[in-house]
Amino acid sequence: MDRNLFPEGVTRCGLPKFSLWMAFVAIFFLWGAYAAVVIFANGIGVTGLDNYFGFGLWITFDLAVIALGAGAFFTGFLKYILKIDQLKNIVNLAVIIGFLCYSGAMLILTMDIGQPIRAWFGYWHPNVHSMLTEVIFCITCYCVVLLIEFIPLILEQKQLNKIPFVHHFAHHLHVNMALFAGIGTFLSTFHQGSLGGMYGVMFGRPYAFRDGFFIWPWTFFLFVLSAVGTGPIFTVLVCTLIEKMTGKKLVEYKVKALMGKIAGSMLCLYMFLKIIDTWAWATGYLPSVGLTFDEMFYGNIYGKWLMWVELGLCGLVPAIMMITPSIRKNPALLYTAGILACVGVSINRYVFTVQTIAIPVMPFDTWEFYAPNWAEWTTCGMIVAYGVLVLSLCYRYLPVFPSEIKLNSKQS
Amino acid sequence: MQQIEFDTKWTMVVDIDKCSGCGSCMVSCQAENNIAPMEDGSNKLKTLTWMLVYELNNGKEFPERESAYLPRPCMQCGNPACVPVCPVVATTKDEEGGIVSQIYPRCIGCRYCMAACPYHARYFGWFDPIWPEGMEKALSPNTSTRPRGVVEKCNFCHSRLMDARARARAEGMDPNKLPDGWYKPACLEACPTGAISFGDSKNPEHKVHDLIKDKNAFRLLESIGMDPQVYYISRRDWVREQSDNHLPKDKH
Repeated sequence: MDRNLFPEGVTRCGLPKFSLWMAFVAIFFLWGAYAAVVIFANGIGVTGLDNYFGFGLWITFDLAVIALGAGAFFTGFLKYILKIDQLKNIVNLAVIIGFLCYSGAMLILTMDIGQPIRAWFGYWHPNVHSMLTEVIFCITCYCVVLLIEFIPLILEQKQLNKIPFVHHFAHHLHVNMALFAGIGTFLSTFHQGSLGGMYGVMFGRPYAFRDGFFIWPWTFFLFVLSAVGTGPIFTVLVCTLIEKMTGKKLVEYKVKALMGKIAGSMLCLYMFLKIIDTWAWATGYLPSVGLTFDEMFYGNIYGKWLMWVELGLCGLVPAIMMITPSIRKNPALLYTAGILACVGVSINRYVFTVQTIAIPVMPFDTWEFYAPNWAEWTTCGMIVAYGVLVLSLCYRYLPVFPSEIKLNSKQS
Repeated sequence: MQQIEFDTKWTMVVDIDKCSGCGSCMVSCQAENNIAPMEDGSNKLKTLTWMLVYELNNGKEFPERESAYLPRPCMQCGNPACVPVCPVVATTKDEEGGIVSQIYPRCIGCRYCMAACPYHARYFGWFDPIWPEGMEKALSPNTSTRPRGVVEKCNFCHSRLMDARARARAEGMDPNKLPDGWYKPACLEACPTGAISFGDSKNPEHKVHDLIKDKNAFRLLESIGMDPQVYYISRRDWVREQSDNHLPKDKH
């Protein structure tokens, strides 16, 4: 029925099947949208957040998706600036995922701040000393850059592209894509860093506070590296998931392995520095303020196991797996390493967000626990559903994967 | 950020050994600062308690067990963790006297300042403030109410500082050199045991000038360098020990 809208030379499932899939995902979207209406109407008192946990699932989710969305800027940088041409087969997907992650994070933030209609104050009354100001500027600017990178792909839709103006406009945007990739790289590097800087500057919170270089605490650099160490492999995982669901080959495995190699190399560098940082924090900084490493952990929820899982099972292990050629060449092992790395970076964002503020700094204070409630879970679910809906539409109607025709004709 | 040194330093000194933990300071603070009663105040992590009394104990079992009560207002830190992190300059430390301001119409409610403050002195308006019918007539006329969705905190009853300065001007005195006792926060007035003292610690004519030099005076978390303007006094070692974190080898 909608065959004329498909990219040239590809096959897609029937419209009823596609509609059923979209309706299924839309249920989660609407569930979250209902929660969003409740939140906007009654305030965020309806969430599980409180005065101890001003940051919770939403900020963790935002930081995690922004890290995982780093595939967009880093792949763009490698493709358009360093001219690694092989990546052209996956860069479109990386851009779409990046856009979805960033726009999704911004949607969450509109709910998360207590006064959404004052969100523009970040521009109007900026505090140049605040890492969050830098985050506000860079995230919004970078989201616009991602939109500019995404638009040519939309304009390349078969029917739209028949309009001469649209065709030429898309072509010129493509020609200048290196410029946008450069701007995106600059903006994204800085706000990935500033998100880490946000925690590193909190000198009242010994779990997060770090010294650093000039105005940037070490967490600034660690957050950049952990994002570029996981973003590219997250793009590969999403690509593979689409392949499994559609039963098509969309990107050559050697491109995925290359993305794995890039992610693995960055993750190795990250883990090297992260372990030094953790060691210096535990043996240098903490004793200087009268605290011990053991006092940073409590019970099961805030136990040391989280740190060992983050640094070991979901840090060192996937880093080594991805830089080892024989392991990387095995798809199942590469994907396993990718999943572990993505879980690792999410744990990192979680502990920096929640454990940081759970630790009682005043000796007579107590550990408190935080559990997100339905309003937070469903709104995060809404953002995931939004991503799935847009990605489904993109796959169906836009020429996202340049090598799809070649790879699938070979198979048949 | 550069730390500003003011000529006047409004300072609170709490004698913990005199505090009975009655909570009058908390109640008077809520009345003075127009904090609306909550429909369900059972979750104490969502209530607004600008002044909060913590219970301390010496960790021993009966009959050696001892308790102490520590009222905790905003520390009005000399080097505040909250001020530099605010993305919209909604909290500042730039007024003579050193009180850390909170500008409610400017605050976007991001709660970064709350995450940064280890004293938990900052609170968020999780719900619309609603006063039961008739109670709105008892609101303090000089203290602004806040909408939901912004961060609020103790400001040493700043409107009372304004009143004291106005009085000084009316009497032809320097409004920046207030005599001792002219400016008193509500918690001090309500305290039945006189545990709270308040004044300009840089003015030798004020009682707190000497109190902060008491050998038993201390501040909370001095090691992390926030330079609070709230001091405590206790003659009990175990109470003073709980003012900061100590490595096991440094504990008594």
